[in-house]
Amino acid sequence: MQKSDKTVEFSNGTPIVVFEQLCKSYQLGTVELQVLRDIDLTIKDGEYVAIMGPSGSGKSTMLNLLGCLDRPTSGLYSLAGQDISALDDDQLSLIRGARIGFIFQSYNLIQQLNVIENIEVPMYYQGFSEDASAKRARELATLVGLGDRLTHRPTELSGGQQQRVAIARSLANDPLIILADEPTGNLDSESGAEILNILVDLHKKGKTLIVVTHDENIAAHAERIIELFDGQIKRQ
Amino acid sequence: MFLFRLRRTAKLGIKSLWMHRLRSTLTTLGIIFGVSSVIAMLAIGEGASREAQAQIARLGSRNIIIKTVKPPEQKDVSGEGETMLEYGLTYLDAERFRNSIPNVEVIVPSRLLSEQVWYRNRKVAIEVIGTVPWYPEISPIQLQSGRFLSSLDMHHKRGVCVIDEKVVRELFVFDEPLGQDVKMARDYYRVVGIVSTQESGPAEENLGNEVAAGQSQGGANVGNIYLPLTTVKKRFGEMSLQISGSSGRSLERVELQEVIVKVRSMDEVLPTRETLETLLSRFHKKNDYQVIVPLELLEQARQTQRIFSIVLGSIAAISLLVGGIGIMNIMLATVSERTREIGIRRALGAKKQDIIFQFLSETLLLTLAGGILGIILGSFIPFLVTYFGRMPTVITGRSLVLAFGISATVGIIFGLYPAYRAANMDPIESLRHE
Repeated sequence: MQKSDKTVEFSNGTPIVVFEQLCKSYQLGTVELQVLRDIDLTIKDGEYVAIMGPSGSGKSTMLNLLGCLDRPTSGLYSLAGQDISALDDDQLSLIRGARIGFIFQSYNLIQQLNVIENIEVPMYYQGFSEDASAKRARELATLVGLGDRLTHRPTELSGGQQQRVAIARSLANDPLIILADEPTGNLDSESGAEILNILVDLHKKGKTLIVVTHDENIAAHAERIIELFDGQIKRQ
Repeated sequence: MFLFRLRRTAKLGIKSLWMHRLRSTLTTLGIIFGVSSVIAMLAIGEGASREAQAQIARLGSRNIIIKTVKPPEQKDVSGEGETMLEYGLTYLDAERFRNSIPNVEVIVPSRLLSEQVWYRNRKVAIEVIGTVPWYPEISPIQLQSGRFLSSLDMHHKRGVCVIDEKVVRELFVFDEPLGQDVKMARDYYRVVGIVSTQESGPAEENLGNEVAAGQSQGGANVGNIYLPLTTVKKRFGEMSLQISGSSGRSLERVELQEVIVKVRSMDEVLPTRETLETLLSRFHKKNDYQVIVPLELLEQARQTQRIFSIVLGSIAAISLLVGGIGIMNIMLATVSERTREIGIRRALGAKKQDIIFQFLSETLLLTLAGGILGIILGSFIPFLVTYFGRMPTVITGRSLVLAFGISATVGIIFGLYPAYRAANMDPIESLRHE
């Protein structure tokens, strides 16, 4: 559909994600916990970035911020030129659905829904028509190699297959960035490699990919590695 | 688009509810029983009320019925064997009503007697109503064939009678009744007309018993024969012999058992009743009459019905409230069980209102399903009541709409809070939820 215009609009090299002096802190009782401190970061369209770091370094928080699930305490986050910190809950929901594709470690498929219906969920919230979303969901399922399992429930699929459904789902609205949180963390090495291949393929097709991982192997494919330590970028 | 959303949401709701069939069913039971009890109670109440109103309406809403009542026993006439008791309404009373009460349409005096009627060798117990030609104006009887009594019959004290269909059924097996002679006491009467039977239900029977115990032996199971009032007076006289217990025989003299006054409009019923009572109390020292106003009974019946409805309504409301709380309880459990799903949906672009919509429609689905099943069950119960309890029941469209509306309202009210809770969960927390 017309969503593909975006890739034209942001041709390779345009900054998509911009963090400026970004801070995030949580109030834990009386103590203020600084999770992210003064982060400056730019991710360009079409990049493949891996975010690494030990647990507690702020990776999850960064991912939540990138995914517009949370707002920074201070500083600027602009996604494709739009200032995220100023948006309200509904607008954030809209942005999440339209511009961000999530891939989770534990797949996070909805158990009651079959493959097609799971892929349709983001399109449903963007107001796609029934026919259009069904057609696109079928295409995406075929793209990740599940064309013959359209009506299977998540419980009837292997971990690798479930993660492929999740990837198809993340592509549903043709997002600006794909955020993957330990995408191979729950998979055996073979399925993990398959998933990695799909992700690398997506990157080759021009998708912006941000992966949070411990896995050196995944990081090795990335063009850039951002290492977080203690809420700050140690190396990029 | 909206339809698609609705369909999608309904489909999802059904799937989620189907995953917990037992739980959904048990939860819905509260609503099912609540709604079916609303419908059954309303149907029974409505049936009873309609029956009462129909009976009262048969008595005539513009009528004022004055009945002769045997006054309390007085022992001042010290006779050993025979006493003579004179009481009740008189022709003079009827005359006074005619002369002194305005707005009267008709006045119908009647003599009522229990008799036996013969035709050939068949015999049947009946109620003789000695009355005037304009009796049909105050009664719901319909002329079926022949004619009713005429003023000439009255004038000449003719031996003619009009019988109702019940008598026809019991007496005349093969013969055409019109023109035949039937025998009562020592005399023969020619049948000149046939009228429909005056139906009287149990309530009317009670009324009758209360009013004129001893006078008529209950009108429910016997047919009526109408004679000219003058003929009755001439042939049956006004005396009757009462054998009462050990004290022996007593003679009673009663001129009229009943005078029915019909006024021009319903507004005049109550004022006229007061005038009548004043008039009667002036000339009747003994308490030997009773005034019955069907309109008043109708009002009373309506009043009773209102109270009945309030009581039934409260019971039903409580049961629905309990059902609603049950649903809310389950929905809260469902929401916390599906925290993760909520998180996923929020991450994939669902707004708060989408989540509210989803859970609210699930609750609605549950209660509406309960509502529909309740309506089916509730419509079935009145049939059983009618069949086994021999009570009339009426299911009105209004009660179905009401029950459905109530279940929907319960769904919305008790669904809102769980849905609101679901929508306000933090997406990050929800995604982490296991």
